[in-house]
Amino acid sequence: MKKTLLIGTRKGLVVARKKNGTWQLGDVHHEGVPVSIAYADPRSNTWWACFDHGHWGVKMQRSVDEGRTWEEVTAPAYPEGAEVKEGVPATTRYLWAMQQGGASHPNRLWVGTEPGGLFQSRDQGSSFQLVESLWNHPSRVGGQWFGGGRDHAGIHSVVVDPRNEDRILVGVSCAGVFESKDAGLTWTVRNTGLRADFLPDPQAEYGHDPHILIASPTDPDILWQQNHCGIFKSSDGAATWQDISDPEGEANFGFALSVASDNAAQAWVAPANSDVTRVALQRKLCICRTDDGGKSWRTFRKGLPQDHCFDIVYRHSLVSDGDDVLFGTTTGNLFHSGDRGESWQVISNYLPMVYSLQLI
Amino acid sequence: MPKVKFTYALKRFFPDLQDGLIEAVNLTDALHEVDQRYPGLRSYILDEQGRLRKHVQIYLDGDPIRDRENLSDPIRSETEIFLMQALSGG
Repeated sequence: MKKTLLIGTRKGLVVARKKNGTWQLGDVHHEGVPVSIAYADPRSNTWWACFDHGHWGVKMQRSVDEGRTWEEVTAPAYPEGAEVKEGVPATTRYLWAMQQGGASHPNRLWVGTEPGGLFQSRDQGSSFQLVESLWNHPSRVGGQWFGGGRDHAGIHSVVVDPRNEDRILVGVSCAGVFESKDAGLTWTVRNTGLRADFLPDPQAEYGHDPHILIASPTDPDILWQQNHCGIFKSSDGAATWQDISDPEGEANFGFALSVASDNAAQAWVAPANSDVTRVALQRKLCICRTDDGGKSWRTFRKGLPQDHCFDIVYRHSLVSDGDDVLFGTTTGNLFHSGDRGESWQVISNYLPMVYSLQLI
Repeated sequence: MPKVKFTYALKRFFPDLQDGLIEAVNLTDALHEVDQRYPGLRSYILDEQGRLRKHVQIYLDGDPIRDRENLSDPIRSETEIFLMQALSGG
């Protein structure tokens, strides 16, 4: 059972720990600095903090002693002359995803960024190189990637297949899902079955907006995504996608999704009102869970605010481990459920805006 | 030699930071020299394409530089270079 929670917030990295069944906030690292991703590499227990300094640009620090000391490493940077599009120089605007490269590649790390570059490290994060094959993909160079929620396209999800760690999938807002079977040398688009209602052609090959892409821990061929246009699931390793939204219920629009650590058919989403207002549905916070692979969804509200609630949950801010489910919100609330989302307790009402959670 | 001075805000990331004289005939060299002295500091001032970051300003003898793209504003041997963060946000 995981008993430590790393919380990336607009004002620093906060650590929570579970003691006697209760989660309590503890140490704060990098107070005042926006932490877009707080990540722990499970292979080495190295902690990472991805910074989004308003003034000084994006930066990264790592800690090999659980936050007692931190070391700055050179953050992913675009090569000289790289352009987002003609006349727009590419610079790292945001660090949006971090993923370890798997047990068979102990030195490999992946980082997703805005404006759309995927970076790989081959030395445990001491340096990062742009994955040129994806950056130069004809769909991106041809202008079929664009910003969704940020100025430029961004890679927010990196999925590594534990059976073959050279097989990776990335989620791009907005472009869609891309798969590589050779550790990033070549790429295939995997958007079949997705729908992009905001495009002139909703079935376009590119331009889709997966808000988060996650593989089931117990069956990596089952992939889930909370998409801008609903919730989608694939049972064939992202070859095809099926819409599993609940048009009559709450589970439709949102950003975050978590799949159960022990059940490939169970997942949670954090619904939000439409992409127009982006507040809690009817200003009442709820979490939805499916136990049957998305055929049906149940909505849970016990312990969550049901009045004047504006919270939404960002894409990296809903996590689960066994019976434990936790999420943090845009207005700094942090909740825990010990019964798979059916009832909730407040951990804190006073955090800064929550950008990411990770259980370790 | 030009003198370079730093906003106090950078001290958080470079605790040993001290104002000082540097050998440089242009701004690019000056920032290169500063980066040699305090490794990594250049990346706080410029982005990876060499442009001044959006919310950072460089003053030369009290006047903000004009060329934020190529840093071509001239400096003299006695110029005071001040690296400042813009006061923005809330």
